[in-house]
Amino acid sequence: MRTIYPDRLSPDQDAFYNALMDAHHGLDDAESQALNARLVLLMANRIADLAVLRDLLDTARSYRDE
Amino acid sequence: MPYDYKPFPFVAPPGLTAPEPRHKVAIVGAGPIGLAMAIDLALHGVASVVLDDNDVVSVGSRAICWSKRTLEILDRLGVGERMLEKGVTWKVGRNFHGAEEVYSFDLLPEEGHKYPAFINLQQYYVEEYLIERARDFPDLIDLRFRNEVTGHEDRGDHVALTVATPEGDYALEAEYLIACDGAGSPTRERMGLAFTGQTFEEQFLIADIEMADSPFGDADLSERWFWFDPPFHPGKSALLHMQPDHVYRIDLQLDLGADAKAEATEAKVIPRIKAIVGDKPFRLDWMSVYKFRCMKLDRFVHGRVIFAGDSAHVVSPFGARGGNGGIQDVDNLGWKLAAVLAGTSDPALIETYQEERSHGAAENILNSSRSTNFMTPKTPLEALFRAETLRLAHDQPFAQKLVNSGRLSLPCSLEGMALQTPGYAQVPPGSALVDAPLSGDDGDSWLLEEVQGDFTLVGFGDLLLPEVEGVRRIGVNQRADYPCFVATNNHAVRRYGTGKAYLFRPDGHVCAVFDRPDASAVAAARDRAACTMQEDDA
Repeated sequence: MRTIYPDRLSPDQDAFYNALMDAHHGLDDAESQALNARLVLLMANRIADLAVLRDLLDTARSYRDE
Repeated sequence: MPYDYKPFPFVAPPGLTAPEPRHKVAIVGAGPIGLAMAIDLALHGVASVVLDDNDVVSVGSRAICWSKRTLEILDRLGVGERMLEKGVTWKVGRNFHGAEEVYSFDLLPEEGHKYPAFINLQQYYVEEYLIERARDFPDLIDLRFRNEVTGHEDRGDHVALTVATPEGDYALEAEYLIACDGAGSPTRERMGLAFTGQTFEEQFLIADIEMADSPFGDADLSERWFWFDPPFHPGKSALLHMQPDHVYRIDLQLDLGADAKAEATEAKVIPRIKAIVGDKPFRLDWMSVYKFRCMKLDRFVHGRVIFAGDSAHVVSPFGARGGNGGIQDVDNLGWKLAAVLAGTSDPALIETYQEERSHGAAENILNSSRSTNFMTPKTPLEALFRAETLRLAHDQPFAQKLVNSGRLSLPCSLEGMALQTPGYAQVPPGSALVDAPLSGDDGDSWLLEEVQGDFTLVGFGDLLLPEVEGVRRIGVNQRADYPCFVATNNHAVRRYGTGKAYLFRPDGHVCAVFDRPDASAVAAARDRAACTMQEDDA
């Protein structure tokens, strides 16, 4: 299952992307993976709605074979 | 046919035989920025001498993408329509990942604008048109080719220059010097000013090819195509653009540390182009391998020396913010310098050029640095995020917005800066004009043609505009004893609202808005925007 979400990030998308890359600056691969994991958990807590989270997980997973 | 470069003749300047009277303005550099500067000043009645070390227009197409706002400014300078006619109009951009199209975007989806989002036109044509336009002002523009400025000294109330020519050196004085002498600005170097920012290690190959068939596949599309990781150039990025005269621009990212000299050879370039265009015959017109920097001067105004264009700020080419940023410098500076030279405005007005355009340059640099970072991932992690962004961009609108192949030049907002009177409106103070079609007693027109060049108060709908000295008045959808127009297809009213008055600066930016424009409020806003000299200052 995949949901197409409306864009809620613009007009700050470039600033966000840049900040995300900056957050990884200077980390090795393992450290970056760990940072991404922490980020997912923090964002999940921020979203907090299990149905939304399951939907996000399904959507992210749906791109696996493309 | 390749462009025919005709050298401009050297004419011995009067300074070689006798001292010249002090000039109002000396402009160093006859590129698009220097030429536009001279024309803008001439339209305000200010004479200038333009000094250039060369005697031909731009070699190679160089700047090719001219934005809507630039065309609107060049309309005021008198070459916009000619550029539109010759240029290739485009508004659709397509982004590819590998061989597959990820998504496309339309830059100007709405009707009712005189100029499109972008045209592509080789810099040599732009310079040719500007030189021809400059010749319309023989008493105000003194164009001097093969006049190389070799020294200058700010003497407080003027600048003294030394100029070298094929027939010897001479001295020249001007009240102001405007350095439009490009990214490597000798004026800037001579002053030892720090040019700071980011240097990118990536190298790019830029090539113009001329071909009868279209490299865009079967249809001859005037679009911008950008590839991340194209099949013909794995792991890198590529850009394809159409120019007039069957010329196409190709930009290819090269390997880190590639040998620039070896890359800029036909033996290396021809196979790279064949990989893109296939067996269709083509001719290589021009090529260059470059690295780029995103840098700016801390200050654009140094006493009597003012920097404009690449001498003040340089950006990566993705986003078309170099030439377009420079033309906006000209637009901002022209009326200000003219008003200060005329003695009607306080010299502090020139300082607001620093405030407004340094902000514009910083915004351009921020956007172009971010685009460059997206296009050239530095680590496996950056490459991973980019690959997944592109994957999601096939169908997720937010991810399409994240894909960054260049954020194309838009005018920056001057909201909140010193010259603007704060206020609320659909087009808030600080915004560049939003064009709209008008129809009047003398035929059809455009808002941009009616408001640029002077302070202009425009009333939309049912409200009467007061008479204020030095302010032109225009009514839209009203009847009055000043020129009035009808908003064609109601575009102007949709864009500006009704029952509002807007005061535009000579550079077409809104500087104040009024629900009930009375003469004293309009005069106060005008004086604020013009830094008007007060009686007791004189």
